[in-house]
Amino acid sequence: MAETLLSIEGLRKAYPGVVANDDVSFSIAPGEVHALLGENGAGKSTLVKMIYGLVRPDSGRMLMKGQPYEPATPHAARAAGVAMVFQHFSLFEALNVAENVALGMEDPPKQRELAARIREVSETYGLPLDPGRLVGDLSAGERQRVEIIRCLLQDPKLLIMDEPTSVLTPQEVDILFETLRKLQAEGTSILYISHKLEEIRTLCDGATILRLGKVVGTCDPKESSAREMAEMMVGQTLHTPSREEKPLGDVVLDLTALSLRSANPFGTSLKEIDLQVHAGEVLGIGGVAGNGQDELLAALSGEALSPAEAVKLNGQPVGQLGPNARRRLGLLAAPEERLGHAAAPDMSLTENALLTGAIREELVSNGFLKWPAAKSFAEKIIERFDVRTPGPANAARSLSGGNLQKFVVGREILQRPICLVVNQPTWGVDASAAAAIRQALLDLAAEGAALVVISQDLDELMEISDRFAALNEGRLSPTRPAKGLTVDEIGLMMGGAHDMEVAHVDA
Amino acid sequence: MDLSAINPAVLLASLMVASTPILLAAIGELIVEKSGVLNLGVEGMMITGAICGFAIAVQTGSPALGFVGAAAGGALLSMTFGVLTQFFLSNQVATGLALTLFGLGLSALLGQGYVGIKPPPVGDINLGPLADLPFIGRVLFQHDAMVYFSLLLVAAVWAFLKYTRAGLILRAVGESHDAAHALGYKVVWVRLMAIAFGGACAGLGGAYLSLVRVPQWTEGMTAGAGWIALAIVVFGSWKPWRVLIGAYLFGGVTVLQLNLQAAGLAVPVEYLSMSPYLITILVLVIMSSGRGRAALNAPASLGRSFHASS
Repeated sequence: MAETLLSIEGLRKAYPGVVANDDVSFSIAPGEVHALLGENGAGKSTLVKMIYGLVRPDSGRMLMKGQPYEPATPHAARAAGVAMVFQHFSLFEALNVAENVALGMEDPPKQRELAARIREVSETYGLPLDPGRLVGDLSAGERQRVEIIRCLLQDPKLLIMDEPTSVLTPQEVDILFETLRKLQAEGTSILYISHKLEEIRTLCDGATILRLGKVVGTCDPKESSAREMAEMMVGQTLHTPSREEKPLGDVVLDLTALSLRSANPFGTSLKEIDLQVHAGEVLGIGGVAGNGQDELLAALSGEALSPAEAVKLNGQPVGQLGPNARRRLGLLAAPEERLGHAAAPDMSLTENALLTGAIREELVSNGFLKWPAAKSFAEKIIERFDVRTPGPANAARSLSGGNLQKFVVGREILQRPICLVVNQPTWGVDASAAAAIRQALLDLAAEGAALVVISQDLDELMEISDRFAALNEGRLSPTRPAKGLTVDEIGLMMGGAHDMEVAHVDA
Repeated sequence: MDLSAINPAVLLASLMVASTPILLAAIGELIVEKSGVLNLGVEGMMITGAICGFAIAVQTGSPALGFVGAAAGGALLSMTFGVLTQFFLSNQVATGLALTLFGLGLSALLGQGYVGIKPPPVGDINLGPLADLPFIGRVLFQHDAMVYFSLLLVAAVWAFLKYTRAGLILRAVGESHDAAHALGYKVVWVRLMAIAFGGACAGLGGAYLSLVRVPQWTEGMTAGAGWIALAIVVFGSWKPWRVLIGAYLFGGVTVLQLNLQAAGLAVPVEYLSMSPYLITILVLVIMSSGRGRAALNAPASLGRSFHASS
């Protein structure tokens, strides 16, 4: 592989206040699967946006097969044979599969012809899809197939994939890799972005590691260990959260046949969920996004009401109580969406601390706010959870994702919950902050609280859970002890391969 | 009361005339909302179109030029909304309300010399033998060109949204501007075009009032037609044919209650006057009440500002 398909030389892109990419260079050979590794905020997204023509570099140049390559728009990039599968943000829920595919193509054929081609390509690559279905009705894995097929229909020379496996079950990941290997055998280069190191080790031929916008190293993923790569990404040694073994306490949270219709027309309704969580235990709930996680959190936090007996806290029925009444009893929740759900973006950290802490921290008397107490509560969260911010008067929006996440999780932990429900506690958080949040959750459980951790990060769940269950289409699998569960078993609990099949192209 | 004074053929024929202004404004707003923009300034653009069309028709003596001028005036006014919301990212609701107030004031200023003047008449289209058909001829085939144009426009908008690539891009922009941007579509440009189209249609609707329906110029003569057009778009679930039904229903009840008033029905006039609004909204609410499916047709990005930075 002496020739190169795409080579990047000294790219730089600065935004006001931050340099997203600085002097980034690497190259990809035809048929190579190249990994781009880095923490959140390392500049991976900006880099691929430049390759895809969404962002223009300030300086540096790109060469495609030796020719200068300066895409001004995604149309130009597609014309040059570059296709991209986005992590999110590029499908239209209210449009059907064929329409979504047509929008991503330069010169789409007539709808009927296109539908036939979608069927043909999707069967060849083992990604069955019905072109007439609304994307909003599809599962996360199926939506990704739409994106991949949209790219494949254009015979790309370079396929960019931005964190493609974050929404897939392990079985679906295997099938995706099978498809990618077929493509590779056909000569397509793949630029693969991920922070899941084991995947990169099985799939990729070369890797470039970014930290704070700069290339900090390259390696052959097949030769390096996951730990070596992780430490290159983070730039420091990682420590694994620790905990002690403890016998289980009494049942704290008890769900009996909880069914709930989703408030969102594209949401998943909960079906007959039974679940017991004991004091001092961490119950991990896995599952592909969009299988009822948000609805389960809403049902537990009190945003969505259910029959009184369906949700019990320490034996007391709370199904008909709203969020504040449940907080008073010690059932607290930290939702996934930081800006807008867990925190009010334009309000200060003190005000945000007040919003959920008012009852348990007694920050209100006779309807009047106790500002000094609220401020010291916010300061306590900032100090205990190492939130990097000038002070509690700053707006929640001004914090980086990881810092705000530490703040919203810390805010609930400091209110001494009897039962805490968190959804995606370390989503978009860098590795050292994630380890700190996990340790705090384990410490809380060690103090005797019952924890429900909903997450799509299976490694995280295996690390902190005592017992594990999976959500699949609104149903909860039976819970099993987390220790000794294999990846295959977890995958089956998550619903297996959702009728995907292995690609049957003869390359 | 004398119901025999009401001639069904005349009633149905005047229904089509009464509905046309609202239909024009509503079909324009449908395109605007499908692109993800909520323009509450329909009333202001209609009345501006009414005076622009009236003034130009009077000056040139040509109603056709009047309609062209009305469309241009409405589109021009809508561009102030477009620039403010698309480039300066102002709040769409507040800007739309301001546009209505601005349009009402502007039209009063422009119209000062035109009160009490008769505009040049708009002739009916000669459809030959069709017009002589009994009953149907009177109802359907003795109208001016704008009535047929408005019906053609509904069909064109329907086909545009359903069958063309440009229509697909427009819906995509209204559904998720972030995704459309990521695929390389020019969100702001698409929305500006949609806003201009909406302004032109509202202008035509206004001019139809001042040149055909009334026909003369009085201040504030749209009298809420723009607001009912907005309501029809929402309750018609953003579907062109439902918008047509809504507009004709409103026009029909309006004409009917006027006839009933004239016939001396023993019901207070106020109830009759409010009946078109009540009945139209009720029927459309019931039609769109199937939970979920109707919501699916709503543009998901409606009313949200777009900036390429995210």
